[in-house]
Amino acid sequence: MTDNAVLQTALTILLLPIVSYVILFFLGRRLPRQGDWLGVGLLGIAWLLALRIFFHFWGLNDPGYRVEGVWRWLDLGTFRIDAGILVDGMTAVMLVVVTTVSFLVHLFSTGYMHGEKRYERYFAFLGFFTFSMLGIVLANSLFFLYVFWELVGLASYLLIGFFFFRPSAAAANKKAFLTNRVGDFGFFFGILTLFTACGTFNYLELFAKVNQGALAGSVLTWAGIGLFMGCVGKSAQAPLHIWLPDAMEGPTPVSALIHAATMVAAGVYMVARLLPLFDPNALLVVAYVGAITAFLAATIALVKTDIKKSLAYSTISQLGYMVMAIGVGGAAAGMFHLTTHAFFKALLFLGAGSVIHAVHTQEMPEMGGLRHKMPITFWTFLIATLAISGVPLFSGFYSKDAILGSALAFAMLKPGHFVPFALALAAAGLTAFYMFRMVFLTFMGKPRDHHRYEHAHESPWVITAPLVLLAFLSIVSAGWHGPADGWFARFVGPYDLARITAAQAGHAAMAPVVAATHATDQASGHAAAGEAAGGGHGAAAGHDAHAVEVHRKAHKIAMYLSILVAGTGIWLSWLTYQKKRISAPAILARLPRLHHVLQNMYFFDQFYAATVYRGTLGWAWLCGWFDRTVVDGIVNGCGYLTRFTSWVVGLFDLHGVDGFVNGIAWVLQGTGEGLRRVQTGRVQTYLVFVCFSVVLLIFVFRAL
Amino acid sequence: MNVGLEHFLTVGALLFGLGIFAVMTRRNAVGLLMGVELILNAANVNFVAFARYVEHGLDGQVVAAFVIVLAAAEAAVALAIVLAMFRNFGTVHVDAVSRLQR
Repeated sequence: MTDNAVLQTALTILLLPIVSYVILFFLGRRLPRQGDWLGVGLLGIAWLLALRIFFHFWGLNDPGYRVEGVWRWLDLGTFRIDAGILVDGMTAVMLVVVTTVSFLVHLFSTGYMHGEKRYERYFAFLGFFTFSMLGIVLANSLFFLYVFWELVGLASYLLIGFFFFRPSAAAANKKAFLTNRVGDFGFFFGILTLFTACGTFNYLELFAKVNQGALAGSVLTWAGIGLFMGCVGKSAQAPLHIWLPDAMEGPTPVSALIHAATMVAAGVYMVARLLPLFDPNALLVVAYVGAITAFLAATIALVKTDIKKSLAYSTISQLGYMVMAIGVGGAAAGMFHLTTHAFFKALLFLGAGSVIHAVHTQEMPEMGGLRHKMPITFWTFLIATLAISGVPLFSGFYSKDAILGSALAFAMLKPGHFVPFALALAAAGLTAFYMFRMVFLTFMGKPRDHHRYEHAHESPWVITAPLVLLAFLSIVSAGWHGPADGWFARFVGPYDLARITAAQAGHAAMAPVVAATHATDQASGHAAAGEAAGGGHGAAAGHDAHAVEVHRKAHKIAMYLSILVAGTGIWLSWLTYQKKRISAPAILARLPRLHHVLQNMYFFDQFYAATVYRGTLGWAWLCGWFDRTVVDGIVNGCGYLTRFTSWVVGLFDLHGVDGFVNGIAWVLQGTGEGLRRVQTGRVQTYLVFVCFSVVLLIFVFRAL
Repeated sequence: MNVGLEHFLTVGALLFGLGIFAVMTRRNAVGLLMGVELILNAANVNFVAFARYVEHGLDGQVVAAFVIVLAAAEAAVALAIVLAMFRNFGTVHVDAVSRLQR
């Protein structure tokens, strides 16, 4: 494939879902079966095209290779924003992940959402979401990243609140959007800081400028933390994770697509993509936030009885893993885990959806023994659980191992920072425990609600086929090796590891980033051969030979530890929930306060309600008071003043002007009255006047 | 006593004044006309006086004759008016004829 073909294919992949949205939104109701076949079909084509790009990159086997297409979008002379797409190895992998999960979710939904009201709208929104997510993946500038970021938030809002007539759903989608917004505020701040310093939104130009020192010191750190805030909001890291469990109000396929596999991964992808903009201090923040989130969420997932809520906390925990991985210098490991996690988490959610579809409840205490009734669902769910628990031979093991290895290497290279590794390891054990708890409670043992059990049956092929395919991917995406030496290395080069580790350990300055040799003329793109695989890597290689050695040791130790921890978790879970040797209720009874804290999810929601919500409402009340009293007072006061002035003027008008006019009339009338008397109508009077006048004239003219 | 022109003129003036007075103040229309006669006759006296005391002054007497005729004609017309007044207003009181009074 030529570079132009790559760009055109990528553009087609981007646009097919939005075409699906437009057609289904406006014409969906008139199509046969409300057009679900159209949604599935268009996404299927997009999926095939994504595979095409994927295998193209596979064949190239060059992690530094990238293609960028740029178009002039806004040009005001001094200010210019270009629209464009960037396709490199990471993009190719993400395209496959997003389109695969989206296509399978579309297919699954034709069975799951059958008979729902606004069915065509659902598929339209799925298409809109996929378009926005692909926009994030393909964007080549912070500007358009932010645009699609917000669009994805909107799509999430629409889909979480699909059953908007349920007040809990309406509250949930508002919460998701607003929590995201808080993160986006920091994100926007980071973007603007970078733009102000570097004068561009384009990734490659930014990397070059930052590498040359356009920003430095604490400003760069804060810009990085600002960008990370976007990840905290979108990828549900503590303390902005509160929206994800509530987002389970949406239909289960939506949870699978958005809140497990793709949208929440957008934050991780963004940090990985913009890695050169994060300096070691910012990455430290990233690592700790990720590790704490991973551990916290895993502890909460232990006590949740709703299958979707438990999976939601599991997602938050795994996202914490990915974020932490990037923070400790294993960006490739984090992205690898993102890929494997997308498949097995989507599988877990869709499997849960299949179960919910069969038994019409989400509470695990009402399930049990379903493995006999729903074998396909059971086996695929089990495969996913093995993957997420980090059992060897399944993909999750390799990705988790890579992350734990990076964390341990980080701890070794930077003594004192062992906390991320410790938390991650503990979370791994907890993950194995609660995931198998889920399997035991749902599928094994004796059915606890016989009525539901009787009615349960295996789901139709449109539901089970995606499950099988995802199970297959959950195994195969392991590729028998991790990110450093497996199939993933063809796409995302290990230069991230070496480069960031060197900087993290305080060795040499940051290795030179790939030079900005991207195209800027209209509607064309050409590849900028990454020198990362060659020169840049070589320059850094000499410095971090020690680091590489530490990594190798760390990976080995981490592998053994992770198998140990996962095995312990599974064994304890088996003892507790299958063999009933350990009694969970008894343990919980002995730790009532801990149980209380976990059940209330560490009181994050209550804390926010008491502080942020009350504060905001208080501020709103204050503004309202100001508006009512001061502003309205001024306006009303002006009214009164005007009326008063008018009254005063009116007085003048009443008395002055009218008085004058009346006065004239009075004078005239008086004069008239007076003069009227001349006209007596009697001749004698007139004669008197005549005689009088004659006498007068005599004396005037002295006629005599 | 030597009666000169001035005595006649004085008499004429007095008569004239009395006539004016009568015209001005009489309420009765006929009385008013009597005043008018007085004025005319006063003028006559003046004319005749001048005719007596001026040489070749017969013009005065001729004028006096004219005036007498004129007075007669005028009296006739005036009395006709008074008659019409009486027919319309039912009275010869001059104050009653004040319809032109505003």
